[in-house]
Amino acid sequence: MSLLETPSGKLLDAISALLAAKGIAAPDEIAERIRITDQASPARGAQMVARAWTEPEFRAQMLANGTLAAESMGIPMRGLPPLGVLEDTAEVHHVVVCTLCSCYPRAVLGYPPFWFKSAAYRSRAVRDPRGLIAEWGTVLPDSVKLRVVDSTADYRWMVLPLRPEGTEGWSVEQLAALVDEGDMIGVTIPTRG
Amino acid sequence: MLEAGQRVRVRDDWPETRGPCHIRTPHYLRGEIGTVERHLGDFPNPEDLAFARPAPAKALYHVRFDLPMHWPEGRAGDALVVEIFEHWLEAA
Repeated sequence: MSLLETPSGKLLDAISALLAAKGIAAPDEIAERIRITDQASPARGAQMVARAWTEPEFRAQMLANGTLAAESMGIPMRGLPPLGVLEDTAEVHHVVVCTLCSCYPRAVLGYPPFWFKSAAYRSRAVRDPRGLIAEWGTVLPDSVKLRVVDSTADYRWMVLPLRPEGTEGWSVEQLAALVDEGDMIGVTIPTRG
Repeated sequence: MLEAGQRVRVRDDWPETRGPCHIRTPHYLRGEIGTVERHLGDFPNPEDLAFARPAPAKALYHVRFDLPMHWPEGRAGDALVVEIFEHWLEAA
């Protein structure tokens, strides 16, 4: 049986045992990390975005230090790479990709969607980013500059999108419900729905 | 230390042709000229970490590369922004 055919549970057990035997990570540390990762979902990032739309102080903190902003909302960030937040404006739109692998801000967005890890997304995001996001129906006006952020090293990046027009006076909960993972990767733009 | 606004070239180096390695500098940027946007911090060199060697901290920069680059689809005014370690950057 080749490695690729081995049941993944058995592989995980074998690697866990090796990591423990070598003193790199104890089984309960691995279980804890899996538990934390399983709990994360795009709803967390959406709550951060909605708060940034309504609280200028939180917005400033989030842009200056995403990790601190996430921790201030009770999101566990210990031991994780720093979270960088990319601010969309009327002039600039951001899209995040990891061309080398699948780096993703899991603490605030959960597991990456399957397409984020695909060779097609990763190569087209740097070659033809406007054509790529047009497949989600995202067409930027010519006046908006696109910045593709290739997450190659030690940061994990999320996009702080523009607040949709016509949402004045909405509650944080109502606003958070407008934001999904694609909006925080930058392939889509939140709308009033 | 590199300054924001400084023009830099990504080293046109291909360590993967010389033996096993782990590098965080994408193929498509080797030899390309960009502009330093900001220093992101200092981080243990992943090229050493991957092989469990002592990994001295290296300066990491956000570097902007203006589109279009190699490919015909890129639109002028758009840009790629990529994390590149200082030891992969040279004056341009």
